[in-house]
Amino acid sequence: MIEGLAALYIFMLAGFTGYEIISKVPVILHTPLMSGSNFVHGIVLVGAMIALGIAENGTQQAIGFVAVLLAAGNAVGGYVVTERMLEMFKASGKKDSAGGKH
Amino acid sequence: MMILIQASYFLAAVLFILGLKQMSSPVTARRGIQWAGAGMVLATLVTFLSPELTDNPQALTNYGLIVLAIAIGGGYAYVTGKKVAMTDMPQMIAMYNGMGGGAAATIAAVELLKAQGEVAAGQAESVLGAVGMSAHPSTIAEAMGTDVTILAIVGAIIGTIAFSGSIIAWAKLDGRLNSNKLLPQQQLINLVLAIVLVGFAIAVYFTGDLMPIIAFFGIALLLGVFITVPVGGADMPVIISLFNALTGLAVGFEGYVLGNAAMIIAGTVVGSAGSLLTHLMAKAMNRSVSNVFFSGFGTTAAAGAAADESGGSMKEVQAQDVGIMMAYASQVVIIPGYGMAVAQAQHKVWELTQLLTDKGVKVKFAIHPVAGRMPGHMNVLLAEAGVPYDLIYDMEDINADFGNTTVTLVIGANDVVNPAAKKDPSSPLFGMPILNAEESENVIVIKRGRGTGFSGVENPLFLLDNTRMLFGDGQKAVNELIQAVKEL
Repeated sequence: MIEGLAALYIFMLAGFTGYEIISKVPVILHTPLMSGSNFVHGIVLVGAMIALGIAENGTQQAIGFVAVLLAAGNAVGGYVVTERMLEMFKASGKKDSAGGKH
Repeated sequence: MMILIQASYFLAAVLFILGLKQMSSPVTARRGIQWAGAGMVLATLVTFLSPELTDNPQALTNYGLIVLAIAIGGGYAYVTGKKVAMTDMPQMIAMYNGMGGGAAATIAAVELLKAQGEVAAGQAESVLGAVGMSAHPSTIAEAMGTDVTILAIVGAIIGTIAFSGSIIAWAKLDGRLNSNKLLPQQQLINLVLAIVLVGFAIAVYFTGDLMPIIAFFGIALLLGVFITVPVGGADMPVIISLFNALTGLAVGFEGYVLGNAAMIIAGTVVGSAGSLLTHLMAKAMNRSVSNVFFSGFGTTAAAGAAADESGGSMKEVQAQDVGIMMAYASQVVIIPGYGMAVAQAQHKVWELTQLLTDKGVKVKFAIHPVAGRMPGHMNVLLAEAGVPYDLIYDMEDINADFGNTTVTLVIGANDVVNPAAKKDPSSPLFGMPILNAEESENVIVIKRGRGTGFSGVENPLFLLDNTRMLFGDGQKAVNELIQAVKEL
């Protein structure tokens, strides 16, 4: 388990990491990136599986079932639409390595 | 077994961060989402082995329920995600995001109900008169611990608001809900509701009763709806981005409740990245985030007066003339807007671009940060039509170039080329950075009718001496241009 203070450090470092990742993104990738980060918080699926896994009675199982259902929608949907958007980005030249952002 | 699970979560967190990092360049972006996807699959698979699941007496039933729920939720999202049109992408992102927020909130609900069950069991025992049995917790906070309870409750509030708010955002962008007005004095009601919500949150913390938990979730749901309904259509991307960040935070908090580091890291990274993205979007639209929430954009009828005083009128032009003008131009800049995508004209625009390029004309696309329904949306739509991304220029890169441009073709865009944003302090758009279309030699505007744009603001660009209007449906008009260029 993660103790209180260690968790605080994780929150802080993860916060700065997220900020750093985004700060250099060209505008043309904002929508795919929003969609991509939407996919990443689909990790809630893991928590939803645990919540349903620890359920002990019918009520808890019903709520846990809804949690897994919603979380799976978040993860799968987020991935599918992000991938669909990103596969369309192509450079006009044949070479893939050059180009980058404008 | 624990080592395997923890190592997998660790690897998943690394893959998420590297994946998001790679998504910041068009060259590596696709690999980025695939890496993040691999991390997700890995994390999901090892979770099936975690002791919380295997040690439960109900394990068999719960495993069945988990697989069934993943099949239904994932199946629904897979089908809708595969077939959604690129123009409808923003509302689909809102929908999937809302599902994530709802999942975080329901995780909190399960945890709170479990704690409440413990408290209730303790009370039942003390009624039976078990003397000296003081081991049972008397409140939810005692059952879960102070820090866990607080984060569970805060995560529940944020997740629930993101859930109901995102559903409303989806409904509005999808055209299923058009009203901006719900109740009179909406903001006052929201404030009262927020205070009541905090009251119930405190009640959940200090008691072990079921009622406050139910009321707490109900009010949070209502608040999400009330906050989102008054937000104007043009501001929706900011709201969706904000809810995305909020869901990330809620996931991070519930990760702490469950003691899951992968959730804490992924959720917090998205929370802060999403907050910055929200800020960037709001800045590009010249709106502050608080502005978005507390004023209905375009609902005030202050605009419109500016157009009359200039006294100009719109001058119409025929497609043949525009075709000739463009074919003999040295440089053509195309400014696409959401109207182009709605008319499904982007493939035709790309055909026209290729024709002109073959004639030696330099063609560039100029994209305003908020072209489309959210920043970057227009790039996606052009990419779908096959336009290579190195012909596409951001506002900062192209604005100095309009002076060297023979023809600027504005198709389906309006507010992003409105010079009033620079000159007229009374305009609601004033201060928003725009594309300097009016500086080019000729401006051709393809427009369906004479009405105003998305924001309802008049556009003096249409009245300038070097502007000509080509009225008609976007796709039909571009088709006529293609014919005109071909006949030369």
